Amino acid sequence: MTLLAPLKKSGMATKLATSALALAIFAGSASAETIRWARVADALTLDPHSQNEGPTLAVLHHMYESLVRRGTDGSLEPRLATEWNIHPDDPTIWVIKLREGVTFHDGSALTAEDVVFSFDRVRHESSGFRALHTAVTGATAVDDYTVHVQMEGPSPLYVQNLTNFFIMDSGWAEANDVVAPQNFAAGEENHAVRNANGTGPYTLVSRDPEVRTVMAYNENHWAEAPQVTEIIYTPIAEAATRVAALLSGEVDVVQDVPVQDIQRLEQTDGVHVVTGPENRNIFFAYDVSSEKLASSNVDDNPFAHADIREALALALDRDAIQQVVMRGQSQPSAAPLPPFVNGWTEELNAYSKPDYVRAAELVKAIYPEGFSFDMHCPNDRYLNDEAICQAYVGMLGRIGIEANLVSQTRSLHFPLIEKWETDFYLLGWGVPTFDSAYVFNFLLHSREEGFGSYNGSRYANDEVDAKIESLATMTDLDARNAVIAEIWEQVMEDRPILNIHNQLLAYAMRDGINLAVHPENQPQMTTLTFDN
Amino acid sequence: MSDTKTPSRLFRLWDSDIAYSFRQSPLAIISGVVALVIILAAAFAPLIAPTNPYDPSSLNLMDGFTPPMQENAFTGSTFLLGADNQGRDVLSTILYGARISLFVGFSAVIFAMVLGITAGLIAGYRGGWVDAVLMRIADVQLSFPSILIALLIFGVARGFIPPSQRETMAIWVLIVAIGLSDWVQFARVVRGATMVEKGKEYVQAARVIGVNPIRILLRHILPNVMGPVLVIGTIGLALAIIAEATLSFLGVGVPPTQPSLGTLIRIGQQYLFSGEWWILLFPAVTLLALALAVNLLGDWLRDALNPRLR
Amino acid sequence: MLAFIIRRIVQSALVMLVVALVAFALFRYVGDPISSMVGQETSLADREALRTTLGLNDPFIVQFGRFIGNAIQGDFGISYRLQQPVMELILQRLPATLELALVSGLAAFIFGVSAGVYTALNRRGFLSTGIMAVSLIGVSLPTFLIGILLIWLFAVELQWLPSFGRGDTVALPGGWTTGFLTSSGRQSLILPAITLGLFQMTLIMRLVRAEMLEVLRTDYIKFARARGLSNRTVHFGHALKNTLVPVITITGLQLGAIIAFAIITETVFQWPGVGALFINSVRAVDVPVMAAYLVLIALIFVIINLIVDLLYYVVDPRLRVERGAARH
Repeated sequence: MTLLAPLKKSGMATKLATSALALAIFAGSASAETIRWARVADALTLDPHSQNEGPTLAVLHHMYESLVRRGTDGSLEPRLATEWNIHPDDPTIWVIKLREGVTFHDGSALTAEDVVFSFDRVRHESSGFRALHTAVTGATAVDDYTVHVQMEGPSPLYVQNLTNFFIMDSGWAEANDVVAPQNFAAGEENHAVRNANGTGPYTLVSRDPEVRTVMAYNENHWAEAPQVTEIIYTPIAEAATRVAALLSGEVDVVQDVPVQDIQRLEQTDGVHVVTGPENRNIFFAYDVSSEKLASSNVDDNPFAHADIREALALALDRDAIQQVVMRGQSQPSAAPLPPFVNGWTEELNAYSKPDYVRAAELVKAIYPEGFSFDMHCPNDRYLNDEAICQAYVGMLGRIGIEANLVSQTRSLHFPLIEKWETDFYLLGWGVPTFDSAYVFNFLLHSREEGFGSYNGSRYANDEVDAKIESLATMTDLDARNAVIAEIWEQVMEDRPILNIHNQLLAYAMRDGINLAVHPENQPQMTTLTFDN
Repeated sequence: MSDTKTPSRLFRLWDSDIAYSFRQSPLAIISGVVALVIILAAAFAPLIAPTNPYDPSSLNLMDGFTPPMQENAFTGSTFLLGADNQGRDVLSTILYGARISLFVGFSAVIFAMVLGITAGLIAGYRGGWVDAVLMRIADVQLSFPSILIALLIFGVARGFIPPSQRETMAIWVLIVAIGLSDWVQFARVVRGATMVEKGKEYVQAARVIGVNPIRILLRHILPNVMGPVLVIGTIGLALAIIAEATLSFLGVGVPPTQPSLGTLIRIGQQYLFSGEWWILLFPAVTLLALALAVNLLGDWLRDALNPRLR
Repeated sequence: MLAFIIRRIVQSALVMLVVALVAFALFRYVGDPISSMVGQETSLADREALRTTLGLNDPFIVQFGRFIGNAIQGDFGISYRLQQPVMELILQRLPATLELALVSGLAAFIFGVSAGVYTALNRRGFLSTGIMAVSLIGVSLPTFLIGILLIWLFAVELQWLPSFGRGDTVALPGGWTTGFLTSSGRQSLILPAITLGLFQMTLIMRLVRAEMLEVLRTDYIKFARARGLSNRTVHFGHALKNTLVPVITITGLQLGAIIAFAIITETVFQWPGVGALFINSVRAVDVPVMAAYLVLIALIFVIINLIVDLLYYVVDPRLRVERGAARH
């Protein structure tokens, strides 16, 4: 075999010959109901209230259950809660009706006490989910299956924050001394980190962090039995190795498929790929308010000029990025919010074609010699993040702006934004509440207690701030949506954020398996079906 | 070195035996030619390369993934070795990339050589606690392989260099990182030779009549260890070029806007399965040819300098 | 003798202390562990509070003192990322790395010595030139690329061998897990072991070849031939035996390097060893794991070095004189 020939699609004869061999090797571990699932990273912990992080949540959703959940179309679906309503007499209380006859894996029954306990635990200071529940002042059990959640003020959309709020057994937590989530300072391991006792459709069989996690179907689960009876979850960090594992038949489902490999996978016999939009938009942001940039060669702040911000937008060729860098796996968009989110409109989404001549003129009018700055970019967080930045460096070069690309791992990139140490950066933002207020609170409200922790643009507009704060307690949804539209109009005019696109997710799997892409990138193995 | 007699003596040696041995070894000649071609092409990259891949304004993203010698459907451009994921001409990126790889390789080896020879001479000549301390440091150094040391140095550098300078400093950090991880070999060889040489009568005599020890080291001892040092240096050059590539794979190399051969391979390996083989193959073959040629030259040099093997 | 041993042990302890200081100091200032521990919603005040409770705001010397005190008791704290005791994480993964290192080390030794002897005895042979050329290609390509190419060829195209992981493992008493006892475990070992061992194999092969060529020229061998001994006896009974002493020493010392070089191999093959744990920890700024790993690698090396030194001391009386002379 020459070096190049196998890169093209192999002939049928070799495929047949080798697949027989592959069967001989791997037959031992595969059966119809077992799913071997691989993705880039492992769950960091099994503690349900410790880490608000993608892979952790995706794994936890199989062992623990939330009150409500997000369906593959993005809508809210009942899970442990069958009904959720605002109290008819008091707009500051949410009334939650629980599903009856649900048991935890250890056999104890789910009651309102467990939910109240979980509300306390998720609001504990070592919880990673605290910020989602700051409006809660307390939860009380009215009867065995009804919980009242007392809010600080009217919070009509609070239920949207409950999709990743897992219910834990209060008795089990007390018996195992895990009443609080992992406390790093205590210096000892928490029992819940490697053990799980939820109400979910799968029970934990074994766990070797970063190697393999095995889950088996929970016979006592309340819902209809899924087709998958065993899940073997394997993190594979290296992209080439992950794809190779699927191609060689060692795993059945692969998440985090590199965009460049989708086409090859689709053309391979026995493998197919499903794609769908993720609830996450990718954008550039820049310091719009400092007097002077830290990394620029000019004495003022170019991004403070509206004309320069317009030039930045005119130089961004979203279609080229979509076609070449993303291989079609993105939805170019001007609106800094994913289409799933309340507040998104077609008008916000519309973007113009790049106009390098006009952009270059705008730059030249203010900086005849052009200017330079550092562009910060993560290289292991979003789909082709580094390549997107690199492409934009080239586009800016055409209008006389010299961007120096600094791409680094995510743990070094994100602190730059939090500490305001970057002038220009790439960021992706997921919106788990499916509401614009979440974007406003973190990205656009000026930075003060509880707001703007990712407002690296240093965008500060008192009028916008006041409107953002008013959203939290508005109960009239139409009026609220009108305010959201007003805020977006102002923000789009001020351009503190330059949106690029929304990511598409791709799951690759062997033929005979059907699994839909989940907008939060939390695939549910209960929804997986086999062709037979 | 202020002493001019030492190099001239070396050159005489070169003129006779080594050159003869070179002419007698076809492998050495081929390697020499390959290495020379790559080094020259890299040195004159701005004159030879069809495009300047460092000039972002000349790039067109739509050229991305154009196969070798085929016309791009959107832009109509054609590239001899194809275009990479950013629409850069692969041939140009290789020429410019080899330039960076060679610069890093040579600088790192020279840095390691100077450091190692100095430490080796001092340790071998002084002996005692100086020797003990230096050799213990060498032990610690050896217990951490080059990759790990380079990661550590990158970590420190990241702490000290302001973010805006990191891109320009990356290359120097790389040189120091690779150089620091390689000095021990030089130091050990030089130390051993120095200890042998030190015991010889002519050195003892020079010491007795009060010749400056630095003069003894440079004039009498150093020339005797230059042979093995050159061999280690040559093989070290190949290792440094590979180490640079590996560090790029681990994400601590030069920035992708100014790629080295290693960075090009890191980018190219992402397209191994998707069929864009040219992005990986050509830089990898260049790296292989360069490292192979340098390694073979190192081999030949070692044999040629060891008269017993001839 | 006793004085020498004590001196070496004290030196080793000093080395360990320096390594610990370096490890701790470096990683303490690389990145911000807090941002990898908390989610995007966590407020700045909460971050600061966590930083204080973790002691990250204490003076450096206090943090280092605490680190050393705990490290001596084998306590490296809790991994920020995986929330488990670091020592336990490392001990769980050590078998995977040691088995991989052992197999690739042994393979490198066996193939390296055989190829070295062969190429030394048939210097101008066609096969010798071939072996030398292939071995040079092995050291002229980056390890990660060799690994990826092996996966692509043997796992994806030919589908003969697994592409990642350790396969099925069997738990042995004492917390050791082994992949040697299952066929999937043995198959999984092949590609990573080749990737990891190729470089060492080349090194050993060239060393053996060079040593053999030297030894074959000595009077001792000439006398042996003059005595009418067969080529076979001369080559293997005399020449190889004399070659092996330095080769074994070097191989022993290389074991530490193999364990550390496993970082790259383990990353490419998703091998669940300490190297992959380390690189994942570097990416997430998981300081306790990084520091513990460095100290562990240094410890392994210092111990190997100590043993080699002591053996030399026992075996070679000349060294005793030299060490004695160096003391004045």
